[in-house]
Amino acid sequence: MSEIFDAIVVGAGPSGNAAAYTMAKAGLKVLQLERGEYPGSKNVQGAILYADALERIIPDFREDAPLERHLIEQRMWVLDEESYVGTHYRSNEFNKQPYNRYTIIRAQFDKWFSKKVQEAGALVICETTVRELLLDGERVIGVRTDRDGGSIYADIVVLADGVNSLLAKKAGFHPELEPKNVALAVKEIHFLPETTLEQRFNIGADEGVVIEMVGKITKGMVGTGFLYTNKESLTIGVGCMLSDFKQQQITPYALLEQMKAHPAIKPLLDGGEMKEYTAHLIPEGGYNAIPQLCGDGWLIVGDAGMFVNAVHREGSNLAMTSGQLAGQTVVELKTHNQELTATNLKLYKHKLDASFVMKDLKKYKNLPHVLHQNRQFVTSYPELVNKAAHEMLVVDGVDKKTKEREIRKSFVAKRSWFGLMGDAFKLWRAFE
Amino acid sequence: MHIVVCIKQVPDSAQIRVHPVTNTIMRQGVPAIINPYDLASLEEALRLKDKLGGRVTVLCMGPPQAESALRKALSFGADEAILVTDRAFAGSDTLATSFALASAITQIQKDMPVDIVFTGKQTIDGDTAQVGPGIAKRLGLQLLTYVSKIDGVDLDKGEIVVQRRAEGGAQVLRTRLPCLITTIEGINDIRFATMPNMFRAARYALKTWDAKTAGVEDLTKVGLKGSPTIVSKVFAPQTKAQKAELIDSEGRKPRDLALTLVTKLFTRHPKLRDEINSRAL
Repeated sequence: MSEIFDAIVVGAGPSGNAAAYTMAKAGLKVLQLERGEYPGSKNVQGAILYADALERIIPDFREDAPLERHLIEQRMWVLDEESYVGTHYRSNEFNKQPYNRYTIIRAQFDKWFSKKVQEAGALVICETTVRELLLDGERVIGVRTDRDGGSIYADIVVLADGVNSLLAKKAGFHPELEPKNVALAVKEIHFLPETTLEQRFNIGADEGVVIEMVGKITKGMVGTGFLYTNKESLTIGVGCMLSDFKQQQITPYALLEQMKAHPAIKPLLDGGEMKEYTAHLIPEGGYNAIPQLCGDGWLIVGDAGMFVNAVHREGSNLAMTSGQLAGQTVVELKTHNQELTATNLKLYKHKLDASFVMKDLKKYKNLPHVLHQNRQFVTSYPELVNKAAHEMLVVDGVDKKTKEREIRKSFVAKRSWFGLMGDAFKLWRAFE
Repeated sequence: MHIVVCIKQVPDSAQIRVHPVTNTIMRQGVPAIINPYDLASLEEALRLKDKLGGRVTVLCMGPPQAESALRKALSFGADEAILVTDRAFAGSDTLATSFALASAITQIQKDMPVDIVFTGKQTIDGDTAQVGPGIAKRLGLQLLTYVSKIDGVDLDKGEIVVQRRAEGGAQVLRTRLPCLITTIEGINDIRFATMPNMFRAARYALKTWDAKTAGVEDLTKVGLKGSPTIVSKVFAPQTKAQKAELIDSEGRKPRDLALTLVTKLFTRHPKLRDEINSRAL
């Protein structure tokens, strides 16, 4: 005898949890399957939680969610080998509740989110891998897991199985991921006592800092580095496009080691003890790489749908929102006794289009391509900007006008006037 | 046939750390697992049930979070699960623990007589190997420790034949039921749970017993009060610093590297070389 559910959600990350929660809360019979030992055991993120998306799902999440620090300061650094030029934005506005952004530890956060899903009434089964989708013609009617008696049926299957959605690929909904559309990120968590952290970053209890980094730390590859303060640890990581790693023959851990040794970064990690080392693929293909998102009896949410805004380092909020919208779509169709066919499920696509998810992805749709074609943004410019800053700050008897001329000359020599104007235009177009 | 399997949730000792200053075990972030010896017991119990039918009840004494260990046992195919949990049990040593578990088993008997009680040989966090024998003594059960194999159970005769790991070989023992068996590790592999059992385990209404329900009337026999054993000191043994030497492998052939390694080993341990040479002949 096989079990029949209203919905099966494959995966217990942010998107899957949002979808399962939304549907279970509305009274649907929901099964969520997770291959990890517990929800969050296999999930990796930077990790910054953007409150808004979660608040729309669980308004009172702040009461018991495991949150590390709310962010009061954002630093943007452009680095060359020896130095960085940066901007810091710190505001007491960020200290007013409700806070907008938090650092989190995903293993703890996902466990909490899953508890909410279970309290909403969904059945969550871990350590169970979905091997394939069960099809009746074109229509998805359930899943087959790796366990004996593992065929389970449902009116809808929500694919929240992450960046490399093997299920969607196997079912032919989705082509093989292209290396140019995914970033490979590695990160470490370093333990540091609370007081040390707070002194080092000039922050109070529960306050946090983010440092986003670009420049020579990525060795000419398209990517960024990051450093976040948690309650009593630091997260440091770097991610670059997979195709670039392949082409440059650089290993991710070597890149991270070199970044950690940077003279501006090393003192921040001093005395820390490495607790965790993780790696993850991030779907950064943007708007143009979004696959088909729904069909007869199935929906795709989260990373599996390429919902990552690489420019703004946002992903989990897009994931949660897509999960919630998918859940709402199913609930609405079911309430109106409408079949979960490809045509009716287009409602999900419409909801996404109307949300920030698609609007933001559309806005930056050309950026991945522009960065791939224009390496100067991660190589020449960081170097030029740092040299310029250095030149202006060194007092050596050379007059400032001469210094300015030298700096101008260095930019033109590297990129030519035409190149500089072209670069400015390209960036403007990409961010427009 | 009714089998009771006693399990304990323990921190995964492979990932355990001792706090450098306080010398206490740091449980935070250490995954909790079913004691591996108990898992071997559970699998033996399930195999007996597969062969002879009957019921397998898993029994666990511990804090409320031990629920996950019991659900896991249910997913493998156990029929019933009972969590004995009460603040009064906190700090129990092996004497007090065996008292509480024996009381609980007496309560279980009221529902259906128990033929076999299984425990692991020992736990990986306490390492005493005392709780199993303690239960047997209190309940007047035949005691079979270090069991590596169950040769057969004859329910009509009320007899069991097992193999027991002994120094220099195995003992084959025959005894009458009911009995208590403690199993050693590595005698079987726990089965892969079926999908229906996963569902059942997730939905099962766990039975939670406090001291009273477990039949413990005299609270001076459990918890710290009922525990004559006092942990006076815990310390991490000093790690013996052996001189390690790093051999640079950069750009060298495996054959070359192996030769360097073997030469170094033999220089430090000439006896090893002699022994290998003599065997080669």
